[in-house]
Amino acid sequence: MTILVIAEHDNKALAPATLNTVAAAAKIGGDIHVLVAGQGAGAVAEAAAKIAGVSKVLNADNAAYAHQLPENVAPLVAELGAGYSHILAAATSNGKNILPRVAAQLDVDQISEIISVESADTFKRPIYAGNAIATVQSTAAIKVITVRATGFDPVAAEGGSAAVEAVAAAHDAGTSSFVGEELAKSDRPELTAAKIVVSGGRGMQNGDNFKHLYALADKLGAAVGASRAAVDAGFVPNDMQVGQTGKIVAPQLYIAVGISGAIQHLAGMKDSKVIVAINKDEEAPIFQVADYGLVADLFEAVPELEKLV
Amino acid sequence: MKVLVAVKRVVDYNVKVRVKADNSGVDLANVKMSMNPFCEIAVEEAVRLKEKGVATEIVVVSIGPTTAQEQLRTALALGADRAILVESAEDLTSLAVAKLLKAVVDKEQPQLVILGKQAIDSDNNQTGQMLAALTGYGQGTFASKVEVNGDSVAVTREIDGGAQTVSLKLPAIVTTDLRLNEPRYASLPNIMKAKKKPLESVTPDALGVSTASTNKTVKVEAPAARSAGIKVKSVAELVEKLKNEAKVI
Repeated sequence: MTILVIAEHDNKALAPATLNTVAAAAKIGGDIHVLVAGQGAGAVAEAAAKIAGVSKVLNADNAAYAHQLPENVAPLVAELGAGYSHILAAATSNGKNILPRVAAQLDVDQISEIISVESADTFKRPIYAGNAIATVQSTAAIKVITVRATGFDPVAAEGGSAAVEAVAAAHDAGTSSFVGEELAKSDRPELTAAKIVVSGGRGMQNGDNFKHLYALADKLGAAVGASRAAVDAGFVPNDMQVGQTGKIVAPQLYIAVGISGAIQHLAGMKDSKVIVAINKDEEAPIFQVADYGLVADLFEAVPELEKLV
Repeated sequence: MKVLVAVKRVVDYNVKVRVKADNSGVDLANVKMSMNPFCEIAVEEAVRLKEKGVATEIVVVSIGPTTAQEQLRTALALGADRAILVESAEDLTSLAVAKLLKAVVDKEQPQLVILGKQAIDSDNNQTGQMLAALTGYGQGTFASKVEVNGDSVAVTREIDGGAQTVSLKLPAIVTTDLRLNEPRYASLPNIMKAKKKPLESVTPDALGVSTASTNKTVKVEAPAARSAGIKVKSVAELVEKLKNEAKVI
């Protein structure tokens, strides 16, 4: 068995989700190769070669792969992947965008967002917004799988010494082109990788009030998230959304402030180790999953919390 | 241009589902069913394109049981012109659905196909991408903005770090994210009118598509329940518990 892991990167740095995906590959067992498809991503390939457990890195350097357009990357992965038993990618927006296209090209069903490996062909994944866990078995010759990063502890980023091999194959479908992107700037830790997450909901009342959460987060070294209500109301940008349709997080500590706890929000955070809820409505559903609940006005409780930690 | 919209009948998003005692699946007997929320957004976007004069005809398609006619009628009441139901009683994988949609695309030749980004039952997030692969069209997934300019479409996509805009040659596939639009409600007169709009029914066999699958669901379980928490009385007590009991700060 040889497993191909698609590296998640921005041409400059390897994203941490790749380490969780390699961890899933290690659980399946077998040789692990990592594909870096990009443009001028030599540093990423070198970083991938150092990941513990990786035996080979394929570096496909081509202008067509610069922005990970699925129309160009999927044929590359399908072509290279034909010789592998498993193709894995992190369930990030890139992984979710590219991998189903690969699966269809290989004419196999995909398994999305696995949270555990039962055996080389059997995996567990959440369905119905995390309200049920399905065990799925694949009989496909090539198993195409996306990995939920929070389901696997990352492997060590150092310690490996894999060879980097250049891949010449160039695919440019010519059906799509990159126009531009607008990335939200943040100095705080990345939401999906943070050990502590502080999230605000509709109860924050406006975007300005999120400063209370930022102050608390900075003191704790935490990332700041939000519920869909807070995003839709325009308090914060949408890449901060935690939930079924946003990001899935599983930090050591999740502090939900002014969040009622709708099913869709819980889907994104209920695997957190410790959940704290601060809400003035003692009937709010969030208290049913919170380890520690505080019924209080957040505008008094959050500044006080910031002082005490 | 012609726009094809795919809609799925799923358990209503407000329903708290229960796993069956024999672990064969989720109990859907007597549970309220609705159109998948992302599909509603797809229908709305198609209707807005028609209102702008960009789209000339909206064909809505669903793949599922006979009862999925209800969701197709809803789409017709929202502004779709006609409907196609590919009748299949079994639970199909995303790849099988994509193959059936490909057959419908081949027949209808739409310029734009709009789907939801994921169905809230299986949470797969695969069908649109798979349909794009099978047709060879460009894909604009997780769209928060769609602008048709002549023979191409600019799609702004929600990505992990923010937003990205891509330009796709038409025909193309777009999958909707939550922020693309706010779906309208169907008015009573439109619900009545929708009953007279054409709804065609076909079978996978008639489309010449095999729905065989390489995935098998072995069992479905309830997630591990969280042990009950406690309510603290003050912020000081909360901090004390987090430091000394949970040891997370």
